Amino acid sequence: MKAALPASLRTTAAAVVATLVAASLLFLHPAAQGEVPPTAVFWLMLLVLAGAALWTIRRVAAINGTRFDGILTAALFGLWVLYFWQMLVVVFEVPRVLLPAPALIVQSLIDNPGKLWGDFTQTVLKAVCIGWLVGSGLGFAVAVAIDRMPFLQRGLLPLASLTSTVPLVAVAPIAVMWFGFEWPSKAAVVVLMTFFPMLVSTLAGLKSSGKLERELMYSYAASYTRTLWSLRLPSAMPFIFGALKVNATLALIGAIVAEFFGSPTLGLGFRISTEAARMNMSLVWGAIVVAAVTGSLAYALLVQLERRVAFWHPSIRGQ
Amino acid sequence: MATSNKAPTPPLARRMWDKGFPVVVLLFAFLVIWYGAAWGMNNGAAIERVLEPTGNPWTWQDVVATTWNMERPVLPAPHQIAQDFWSGLVDWPLDSPRNLLFHVAVTGETTLVGFVLGTLLGLVLAVLIVHSRTLDRALLPWIVASQTVPVLAIAPIVLVILGSLGMEGLAPKAVIAMYLSFFPVTVAMVQGLRSPQVMETEMMHTYAASRWQALWMLRLPAALPFLFPALRVGIAASLVGAMVAELPTGATAGLGARLLTGSYYGNTLAIWSALVMSALLGLALTTMVAATEHLALRHRRHP
Repeated sequence: MKAALPASLRTTAAAVVATLVAASLLFLHPAAQGEVPPTAVFWLMLLVLAGAALWTIRRVAAINGTRFDGILTAALFGLWVLYFWQMLVVVFEVPRVLLPAPALIVQSLIDNPGKLWGDFTQTVLKAVCIGWLVGSGLGFAVAVAIDRMPFLQRGLLPLASLTSTVPLVAVAPIAVMWFGFEWPSKAAVVVLMTFFPMLVSTLAGLKSSGKLERELMYSYAASYTRTLWSLRLPSAMPFIFGALKVNATLALIGAIVAEFFGSPTLGLGFRISTEAARMNMSLVWGAIVVAAVTGSLAYALLVQLERRVAFWHPSIRGQ
Repeated sequence: MATSNKAPTPPLARRMWDKGFPVVVLLFAFLVIWYGAAWGMNNGAAIERVLEPTGNPWTWQDVVATTWNMERPVLPAPHQIAQDFWSGLVDWPLDSPRNLLFHVAVTGETTLVGFVLGTLLGLVLAVLIVHSRTLDRALLPWIVASQTVPVLAIAPIVLVILGSLGMEGLAPKAVIAMYLSFFPVTVAMVQGLRSPQVMETEMMHTYAASRWQALWMLRLPAALPFLFPALRVGIAASLVGAMVAELPTGATAGLGARLLTGSYYGNTLAIWSALVMSALLGLALTTMVAATEHLALRHRRHP
């Protein structure tokens, strides 16, 4: 059994629950559903609720020591932002074109599963996944290949670092011209965008093993391949995963923006740009939710994978 | 000098040679490959559209020469891009939409305005987050998490919202550039403002320094080395934001719009020139930030 919670924690928990219950009750008020114009009493209640929400967030933020306190505050804050977004948009009758209420966005997600699933397959499963795998794989392979050629490294590394300052996504029109409107052109843009971060990171990672360990391998008369496989690649893992994580976001951005330049009639970028032009904003937001969830999920998966692969590394053990 | 007890540094010319030579060789190899690729990729079109209609017999030299001088090549040869680029710089008056510098000015202005606003926003947010536990716990996780999300996708929405609020021209584009550049600055500055050690903060405490003084004299200077790498990321993101913001508006000015019109009309050379120009703009902006960094941190010891 857990030890009894301290009194201050119990009050905070009670306050959080109470404000949430009050918020749900206020949500059922006809004014919050947009059925009647808001009265002064409604405004007063909303104001009190806002004050109470701020106070509970402060209280929760002050909690120390439990395992989830960091995430808890952020989650509560996000929940309240969503709540007041919903309430204020409905009460002020903000046009849907400007800012749809969260409920409408959820509605559009429920109403268009086929459309959004098609966009998801087109953009994420085809363009992003393939482009990300090929780009990162090529970057890794080239880095390992030129590991023994310092001349090429000295020539390639400055150029590869420079590419981070160049808007590489601008090659999208050329990719469309070469590979057509379908997903290969988007995957090509993604390959180009993900190649250089992986190359630079892997090269840095291969140099990251300690002098002591390298000398130990040398004293074992370990061959180059053996040292690479048993020492240098494992110690490069945090760098490689760092690049994989950066590349996951870059790949999504690349594929979505490349679709702004021309695409078949599906894809997340296509959905966002055409529905925005048609002022169907709740579907645009729906597509963005899909993209955002994909991005965070990919990141979370990579973090988990990194923990499995590089569990021994100090940067992971330290967490 | 810190370096006096190490091996003497070779003269500057020698170091430049050591660093520059591999790069030059690689660039040269790249150029050769490019010419080869231009020949290979334009080969079919060159024979079909240029050489065959003339009816005369042709040699392989003719084919190569033609592939490198096509009007609408699949892959233009480097000298064609250079020519088009140069003509885009000098052949038209500065206010003509055919002049590349006109587009650079538009995109550069958006990028810089957005970058400055984003940096200011990022700095203010970071200072607030460092001083408020509530904001730290409630807001920072969202800002960090947003780094994993393609926030650029919101650009069309921002354009629609600001457009229906009556904002046109520079402002909506600068807002997009701004929100792309503030994330990295905030995250890095929070880290930087927290970087002073316990001893240093306690020392400020024994001096009875106020929060403001501690911020101004200890935290901000300590955060500078964290700030500049974030600024380099931020200005690159800002440039991408500015260019993407030029796409859906039907804008006629800016490098992004130039890319889009080039792809509409199949004008390969215009696309490549705009691409080269945006790369140069990105390099110039980053160099600017790096130069500022060099100026700002020139008195620091380099370990």
